[in-house]
Amino acid sequence: MFRNLGELILLFTATVRALPRVWRERRKVGEQLFDIGNASLFMACLLSLFIGGVLSLQVGPVLVERGLGSALGGLVALSMCKELAPVMMSVLIAGRIGSAMAAELGSMRVYQEIDALRTLNINPIHYLVLPRVVAIAVALPCLVIFSNLVGWLGGALVAAHNDRIAVSWTAFFTNLQQQVEFGDLANGLIKSFVFAVLVGVVSCHQGLSTLGGPRGIGRSVTKAVVNSFVLILIMDYVLTRLLLPFDDGWGI
Amino acid sequence: MASAANTTGIPVTVRGLRKSFGGEPVLKGLDLEVRAGEIFALMGPSGSGKSVFLRHLIGLEKPDDGEIQVGGEAISNEGIGDRFRLAMVFQSGGLLNSLTVAENVGLYLAEHRLKPATEIERIVLEKLALVELGPEDAGKYPSELSGGMKKRVAIARALVIEPQLILFDEPTSELDPLVALTIGREILNLNQRTGATTVVVTHDRDLAFGIADRIAFLLEGEIVALGTPEEIRSHSHPLLQRFLKAEFR
Ligand SMILES: Nc1ncnc2c1ncn2[C@@H]1O[C@H](COP(=O)(O)OP(=O)(O)O)[C@@H](O)[C@H]1O
Ligand SMILES: [Mg+2]
Repeated sequence: MFRNLGELILLFTATVRALPRVWRERRKVGEQLFDIGNASLFMACLLSLFIGGVLSLQVGPVLVERGLGSALGGLVALSMCKELAPVMMSVLIAGRIGSAMAAELGSMRVYQEIDALRTLNINPIHYLVLPRVVAIAVALPCLVIFSNLVGWLGGALVAAHNDRIAVSWTAFFTNLQQQVEFGDLANGLIKSFVFAVLVGVVSCHQGLSTLGGPRGIGRSVTKAVVNSFVLILIMDYVLTRLLLPFDDGWGI
Repeated sequence: MASAANTTGIPVTVRGLRKSFGGEPVLKGLDLEVRAGEIFALMGPSGSGKSVFLRHLIGLEKPDDGEIQVGGEAISNEGIGDRFRLAMVFQSGGLLNSLTVAENVGLYLAEHRLKPATEIERIVLEKLALVELGPEDAGKYPSELSGGMKKRVAIARALVIEPQLILFDEPTSELDPLVALTIGREILNLNQRTGATTVVVTHDRDLAFGIADRIAFLLEGEIVALGTPEEIRSHSHPLLQRFLKAEFR
């Protein structure tokens, strides 16, 4: 566990040190971005729509009963952009992209492709890890912005069409506009950026350290996903705590 | 062996090489010398540590103890191939499955930006031709190739480096006898033309005795015999004799 953590930190610093090469590797970053978008956009859309909807459904009736229906838009939007979009999108990317990366690098390790790269004097961190980590770190915050928009839409839809809530479209978005500030969006984007780096480094690390033939690949994939989940949730608390002084509350 | 005139090969010296994995000793103090430009075959049964030995020569493993000199310089884990040009052909080829044959062969030149794209294309076709692959194979992916073709592509990829030392891990395993024969001939051919020092790790008796200038026999992590093919054939080590003479009937 602690050895893993040490190796993770080493891989992270090596990747950061390789950053000046990123322009050289731009084609690979582009390919990764394309793959990420392809594999996750539809799922992100679906997930976000339902997350926004269920938020409205949970909070809406309670607020309306107490005559606070007009605060619903802000509440749903803030929950979405500060917490749910970054965490859920990161979890989605860990499950969908991180697992695939661990599997790909794991099979490259098992079938000696990584060794072959090294004998060609090509650094696997430059060639494989850097473009992947950078692509996730670019893609995830974008995905979170997208998720926010769709989630708000989902929340507004449920708010307007559920009989026990019946908060109009305009009322929902007026309150949203009043409550959500740039800082709230930035809060979520900072989180998602950190989660993205985490998922990228953890998945690549698990892939590269695959041992024991094809069965090892399965183990690496599982570990990559589980470790990513755990680290995302722990870091979520840490980041929320760190960002608290810059937070301007929930506006209720 | 290559004639002295075109020899670009570099010698390899190994002294007291020890390596264990998880407390289990695999190499127990190897001493041997590979001469510049020769074909050196390392034979031994499966699991005797042949691949582990080969990986040490190109910096993929770190010795627990002992010294390895390639071209007269101690090999470090950091800059393999900085001073000298080394190449290895892996048992399963080690081709990158996400790249085409041409991209695999040209990878070294493209990644290190040694040549412009058109020049790389020319060199790739030239090296593919050396291993009897044509331009029609260049766009294929490794999954579309037979085992023998994969090995040929891997050899072509190694040749792009213009290696002074080239390592082969079980070049004929998993191949039918005829394909094995052509691969063996290609190794011989390349050695004669380029003069690169060639180390072949194999348990294929025909290959070792067919192409090697000298043969070493590795048994349970130790070199038990080393010499010319004739010397090895008449060596008195009982297990070595059993290995060499093993027949079904
Ligand atoms: N990375 C490794 N970790 C643990 N054990 C290894 C590793 N590489 C090789 N071994 C062990 O070393 C021994 C020799 O392996 P190897 O050199 O591949 O044999 P061969 O002579 O068939 O090529 C085997 O018992 C193998 O299990
Ligand atoms: Mg082997």
